[in-house]
Amino acid sequence: MTGKHAKVAYYPGCALEGTGHAYNRSTKAVGKALGLDLVELKNWNCCGAMEVKNIDPKLQTYLSARNLSIAGEMGFDTVMAPCNGCYHNLKKAEYDLAHDPASRRVNNELSAKAGHGAYEAGRVNTIHALDWIKEAIGEDGLKARVKNSLKGLKIANYYGCMYTRPRHIFPEKDKGPGSESTAKPHFMDDLLAAAGAENVEYPLKTACCGGAHTLSDSDTSTKLVLNLLTTAEACGADVIATECPTCHTGLEMHQMRAEKVFGRKTTVKILYFTQLLGMALGLSARKVGVHENMSESADLLRARGLGR
Amino acid sequence: MDLDAVAARLDAIIETGDATLADAAPELATELLELGEAVLVRWLAAHGAVPTWRSVEGFRLLALHRQAARGEPSFNACRETCRELVYHHNLIRLEPTHADVARRIRLGAMVARHLALFVGGKLEVAGLGEFCCSSRPLHTGEGIGSETAPAARPN
Repeated sequence: MTGKHAKVAYYPGCALEGTGHAYNRSTKAVGKALGLDLVELKNWNCCGAMEVKNIDPKLQTYLSARNLSIAGEMGFDTVMAPCNGCYHNLKKAEYDLAHDPASRRVNNELSAKAGHGAYEAGRVNTIHALDWIKEAIGEDGLKARVKNSLKGLKIANYYGCMYTRPRHIFPEKDKGPGSESTAKPHFMDDLLAAAGAENVEYPLKTACCGGAHTLSDSDTSTKLVLNLLTTAEACGADVIATECPTCHTGLEMHQMRAEKVFGRKTTVKILYFTQLLGMALGLSARKVGVHENMSESADLLRARGLGR
Repeated sequence: MDLDAVAARLDAIIETGDATLADAAPELATELLELGEAVLVRWLAAHGAVPTWRSVEGFRLLALHRQAARGEPSFNACRETCRELVYHHNLIRLEPTHADVARRIRLGAMVARHLALFVGGKLEVAGLGEFCCSSRPLHTGEGIGSETAPAARPN
């Protein structure tokens, strides 16, 4: 344990209270098992997600900045957001407030109107759940805590798009050894390997899943996801590990839709990386919310002796 | 070559038996790159651009991607896909007799298929990749930070 991020502000965001509840449950359970303290932001609001950002991007910047402001007021210099969409939006707000006077002006005006202090860029660092565990515990620390190795489990790690794009809002990435890569991210691979998993070389780890168009143009999304799934299977993966509720739900939903609409059945399982880490740390499948997934993985986990 | 023809050829490669793929490994490596180029050429032509014959890092595919992404940051959604295709091409060309070469060719074809699916989808719905990969709004002409135009930065 490095001592870094031992206690951080936690911003679950809306998805983790809905479709991504299993991610919320497993993230908290893993934090507890690792002795890391998550303190949920008081009275947090939506990050602006897709809906607000699509209509009024500066309002989205304000909404994300308000969450950062709350973290600062609670005495934190770091906020952890496990959802790629939230993480991306908080990072984008940070970037916009640092570089765009018009965004700063709108943020100041709306903060004054709402009656709270305006967030100033640079006060709070936003990290992802991957950064949190990687930097707080590290691979060696994780290895030392593994009670039920993921040995033999072949995993394709899927990071999706918003964890690395656009590159300019992630200034801490691509800084050489030890830092995350936007071209070929590896933090999830590193952590799951430390838990004993065998990562397969998956060439589509940041490829588009059509996520934002999942309802408006479902066939495009289903075809993209089907290719992600069949490629993972061709790589020999038993499981696709995810670190984003939108990716996770999209993969699960379009896996079913691909079978129903296109008659293409795939069998690769979809699990959050926190669920896999939790089970490696000895937590039960129920404790990490496997029963909340749409992707049915009970047989695989039972066969591997995981999550009992 | 239209996108349906590209997709059909890629599907055929994926369905081909190991021995046949292994026998034609170097040629297939080249063909995979050319199929990827055909996809990007299709996109550029549809947008009234003359597809470049230049290369970036030795590959026309990467030059075509750079050309397509200029002023269109959402096109970076397929940047890594293009680079993976180049990687698989190199892997196959460097070790054409490797025991795993047939699988490598199939994976290369799946990567190329993803490129074709993404570009095909984007030709139908221009906003694909816009919201997430370029962090730009879909429903307004307002560019974020129009005073400094961060969204217009090459990424």
